[in-house]
Amino acid sequence: MTEMTKVETTLKDWETDQEVRWCPGCGDYAILKAVQRTMPQLGADPSNTAFISGIGCSSRFPYYMETYGFHTIHGRAPAVATGVKLANPDLDVWIITGDGDALSIGGNHTMHLLRRNLDVQFMLFNNEIYGLTKGQYSPTSREGTHSPSTPYGSVDRPASPCAFALGAGARFVARGIDVHKGLPDVLKAAHAHKGTSFIEIFQNCIVYNKDVFDEFAAKKTAADTQLHLLDGEPMLFAKGEKGISLNHDTLQMEVVDVTDGDWEAAGVIVHDVKNRSVAHMLVEMQFGEFPMALGVLYDDPRPTFEAAVVAQNEASSVGKAPDLQALLNKGQTWTVSENGADGPEL
Amino acid sequence: MATAVNQDKPTNEHPSGGENVVVRFAGDSGDGMQLTGGQFTLSTALAGNDLATFPDFPAEIRAPQGTLFGVSAFQINFGSRAIETAGDQPDVLIAMNPAALKTNVQEVRPGGLVIADEGEFGKRNLDKAHYDSNPLEDGSLAKWQLLKLDISQLTLDAVKEFGLGNKEALRCKNMWTLGLSLWMFERERDPVIDWLNTKFAKLPDVAKANIAALNAGHAYGETAELSGEGLGTGHLPTHRVAAAPATPGVYRTVTGAEAISQGLVAGAQLAGLPMFFGGYPITPASAILHHLSRLKEFGVTTFQAEDEIAAITAAIGASYAGSLGITSSSGPGIALKGEAMGLAIMTELPLVIVNSQRGGPSTGLPTKTEQSDLYQAVYGRNGDAPMPVISARSPGDAFECAIEAVRIAVQYMTPVMLLTDGYIANAAEPWKIPDVSSLEPFPVKFLEKKPESGLLPYSRDEKLARPWIKPGTPGLMHRIGGIEKAIDTGHIEYGPANHQTMTEIRRDKVLGVADSIADQDVALGKEGGKLAVVGWGSTFGPIHQAVRKAIDAGKDVAHIHIRNIWPMPKNMSDLLKSYDRVIVPEMNTGQLKTILRDQFLVDAMPVNKVSGQPFTITEIEAAIEEALS
Repeated sequence: MTEMTKVETTLKDWETDQEVRWCPGCGDYAILKAVQRTMPQLGADPSNTAFISGIGCSSRFPYYMETYGFHTIHGRAPAVATGVKLANPDLDVWIITGDGDALSIGGNHTMHLLRRNLDVQFMLFNNEIYGLTKGQYSPTSREGTHSPSTPYGSVDRPASPCAFALGAGARFVARGIDVHKGLPDVLKAAHAHKGTSFIEIFQNCIVYNKDVFDEFAAKKTAADTQLHLLDGEPMLFAKGEKGISLNHDTLQMEVVDVTDGDWEAAGVIVHDVKNRSVAHMLVEMQFGEFPMALGVLYDDPRPTFEAAVVAQNEASSVGKAPDLQALLNKGQTWTVSENGADGPEL
Repeated sequence: MATAVNQDKPTNEHPSGGENVVVRFAGDSGDGMQLTGGQFTLSTALAGNDLATFPDFPAEIRAPQGTLFGVSAFQINFGSRAIETAGDQPDVLIAMNPAALKTNVQEVRPGGLVIADEGEFGKRNLDKAHYDSNPLEDGSLAKWQLLKLDISQLTLDAVKEFGLGNKEALRCKNMWTLGLSLWMFERERDPVIDWLNTKFAKLPDVAKANIAALNAGHAYGETAELSGEGLGTGHLPTHRVAAAPATPGVYRTVTGAEAISQGLVAGAQLAGLPMFFGGYPITPASAILHHLSRLKEFGVTTFQAEDEIAAITAAIGASYAGSLGITSSSGPGIALKGEAMGLAIMTELPLVIVNSQRGGPSTGLPTKTEQSDLYQAVYGRNGDAPMPVISARSPGDAFECAIEAVRIAVQYMTPVMLLTDGYIANAAEPWKIPDVSSLEPFPVKFLEKKPESGLLPYSRDEKLARPWIKPGTPGLMHRIGGIEKAIDTGHIEYGPANHQTMTEIRRDKVLGVADSIADQDVALGKEGGKLAVVGWGSTFGPIHQAVRKAIDAGKDVAHIHIRNIWPMPKNMSDLLKSYDRVIVPEMNTGQLKTILRDQFLVDAMPVNKVSGQPFTITEIEAAIEEALS
């Protein structure tokens, strides 16, 4: 895999002439803009970029990016992307998916994508609802969600996307919010990571699940409800007056008060993106008791699937000519002349 | 020792007499019957005989020992004339235990030879096979010539010196049996010895023991003859079947799975493309994945996906990126791939889908053969989703069919279904190795520059194929997907007139494939007449033989065998209508028959068999007889 040559572009170069068909006010607009704004900063080349999606509101995304795009079928974008990357490992591939697409019908593919560690950016737009099919509850909907298919409230417990990803073997896990100004930084970190970069983006479905994330996404209260993770920085929130610490008796995280900025005295943990144990705790932190952890939760690359496949293809081809005639003639053959069989050619 | 229980019977019915011999090896699934059969096949091919084989094994990996459902059998028909089926009735049955005897003996030709390992006919094994008394002793096998040998003990004696445990020593039984069989038909042992030495290179004692067993079995045949014991004539029957006349050339044996794999590799080379193969393990299709995974030097990438859907969608992704995407499965897996086939049809990307059919529905008969996925291949998708369908008639034919499938896929930018079945996939036949330089290349041209009139990803050439554009090509960015496309631009378009036109284009494009295929020929007999026997796929052998016999008997019959199921050759309608009657033997309840009736308004009559076993020649002969009466 060759390193990407940086290309000069502007936001305009990444916009298509297609009319965007999301509901007015949908969080998807903000994510689209964030991506279009980030691509020039990455030096990405539209000709060498492919957006691959499944089915759902979010999966219309490729139509609005002036790149190569493939709007596939429900849940299967990771599998299509696997074929794309194995056929051309140099392509810069982004998968666009949603909570139903990635965790319900396509859960199996998501798991195997992460386990194999294909080098793609995986953007999961989580709105906790099925939007395109008009509002049924989704695998991330909270218990008791009222929807056309659950008029008395849903009774099953929701999946936790980041915990699922880490459990499946993800080497990069991040969280963002659709309208949040920190989203481009998350995208940049994801792009820099070689391997599957799993990004959960809280996306506001203003029609079927309006403001469901407000308790931590609302700007007014954000300081107290959001923990912005930065590698090498202490896990502080509430303007530095609170932090996350590890209780050595219970071996669990807890919120501690920080007095006079002395976070070390309070035992606040310094974020290390390569610490997988801490990552497991971060993805399990329940909002309410804890703030919502945002940014890069975990980032520790290891070799990618396509690199391993290419290496094995090359290694097992060494010294072997692609001689079709020789292949057909392999094994025990015999010659028949005009007079009949002449016996074996071993 | 060799004894005959039916010495009062006439004994001139040795397994010979004619121009071909059918031998069936049957034993427990752990007895190595498939290996024995495979090696016997190789020796037979090297002796210059034409041959056909039928491996028939249980779905269970290791069914409980000695049980009726754990019996594994391998049948070979070989002879000095063209052989097209694995044979109706075995002339020789080698039964390694009571269960193998019970499940196979009724099919042996009356007067045929039954060789049984009497060492395995103890009470326990007789009970497992539900025998009340020992058939080797109670005279119930009087219809056949019986040769009972304590193969187990003879094997143990032969390998004693190598110090193997009892269980390991008994594993050499199949080689003892093979040795005896090679002697019976005057076959060479050397290729088997070479093979054993290679196979057990790291276990020299095991190799030596197996070779000793092989030699002992062979020697036993000779000694029994010399000792004057054996059948009524005083000798074990030996018979050398003369070499079959064949077109001059270099030959090898090939199974359908091998031939398909090699044909796909050839197709990719002729198209000038790297190959991507996405598969998920399923019987009997997995063999193709196994073969291709060893051919990486041919630019083959194989991907064992997490499921059938991922296997096909990854192949679609690879085609999108400019490789030749291929996937393969059997009926249940093909069903799972249905939605993705629609995606390939809608996005107009090349793709080859190989279906090694097996008995259905649902899990059905995983290891048995059937042709019941024809409706699924032709019609089995949502929406108006036309797709070319090709079917292979034999292992060797599968090579050409695979190349043809690749050609159609890349020239018409369409998925193509290639049908084989469990019989073709596993069976072997002698195959005249094609001269690669005689294969016609069909190099793919990707669109690499924006046309002056602008980029139109859904513009069309004279075949109605759209351009193939690889992501990564500078300046040709565009979007495709499963939603209906606008004519030319490929943008999302739900308009009624557009959908009408695009549906018609997709239909016409696939129908247009008929322009590039050969006219339907008559495989045997002449065009026009009283009766056409129309077949497809692996029924070629029995139909051909039955029609040959009927023609020899002066009957007005022809054999037509269809490779291009969809679209059919352009002359098919006229050809079918040139006969008074049309019968369609197939291993389903009448699927090709329905398509012929639908497409051509001919009164095609079904001849059906769905027992999991191939047609016998006799069955087709009976159907011909009935149709002509």
